[in-house]
Amino acid sequence: MDKGLKLLIVDDFATMRKVIRNILKQIGYENVVEAEDGSIALRVLKSQKIDLIISDWNMPNMTGLELLKAVRADEELKATPFLMVTAEALQENVVAAVKAGVSNYIVKPFTAEAMNEKLQKILG
Amino acid sequence: MDVRFINAFLAGTTDVLQMMAFVEPRPGKAFLKKDNAAKGDVSGVIGLTGAARGSLALTFSESCILKVVSNMLGEEQTSINGDVKDAVGELTNMVSGSARKKLESEGLSVTAAIPTVVSGGGHSIRHVLGGPSIIIPFETDYGPFFVDVCLILANGS
Repeated sequence: MDKGLKLLIVDDFATMRKVIRNILKQIGYENVVEAEDGSIALRVLKSQKIDLIISDWNMPNMTGLELLKAVRADEELKATPFLMVTAEALQENVVAAVKAGVSNYIVKPFTAEAMNEKLQKILG
Repeated sequence: MDVRFINAFLAGTTDVLQMMAFVEPRPGKAFLKKDNAAKGDVSGVIGLTGAARGSLALTFSESCILKVVSNMLGEEQTSINGDVKDAVGELTNMVSGSARKKLESEGLSVTAAIPTVVSGGGHSIRHVLGGPSIIIPFETDYGPFFVDVCLILANGS
């Protein structure tokens, strides 16, 4: 897998963005940009080429699911792989995310190995 | 208190600390706490409703939380600053999420509110129900922390 890929982390908690950045660094991904919610993420996606989005589910302004729907509805962005991060794997949430076109999801807490596996499944 | 709660929070706490901070917590014997005083320097508190209602607090000693957050962020932390408090909130959220997942598999569907963080030596923890809580003490190589649970089943037991 190309470790030079540019990844976008979307989470309203600065600490969680740092945690995910730290995990990505452990598995070799250092080309990472961040956004604090879905609407800021859309601006980032419009301004630069992003290879994969890692987004939290629960966020103010625009949730992860709303961001996913906006990405899939945008002609330029719709093919961007999207990994959803959730605090709990509620069946109804998983179904909604799959319907909206999520590439995969990961439940907190997770290890660096689990994140690596998810990325390999999506990008491999 | 229903032993399923104790087991779920015990397992949830261990999973979160091992996975996110590479720290091995060693649980001690649970005991009943009758006052509001916290046993550590910083606490995350979260309200729970649904099949069970009440609250959960995660209270860390300073030495323990500084190591936990340093490991989580990959940056050395030397004081209980904003980053550390945010991380305590996120850890509380994750422990609650992990425990709720285990409770769900036992047929107990519980939802959680947004966590709040309180800090300072001798700070107090006010549980939603106001009654006595169960403390599960944990020891780590970097100092102790405590899971403080005050929950009742929605049917009152």
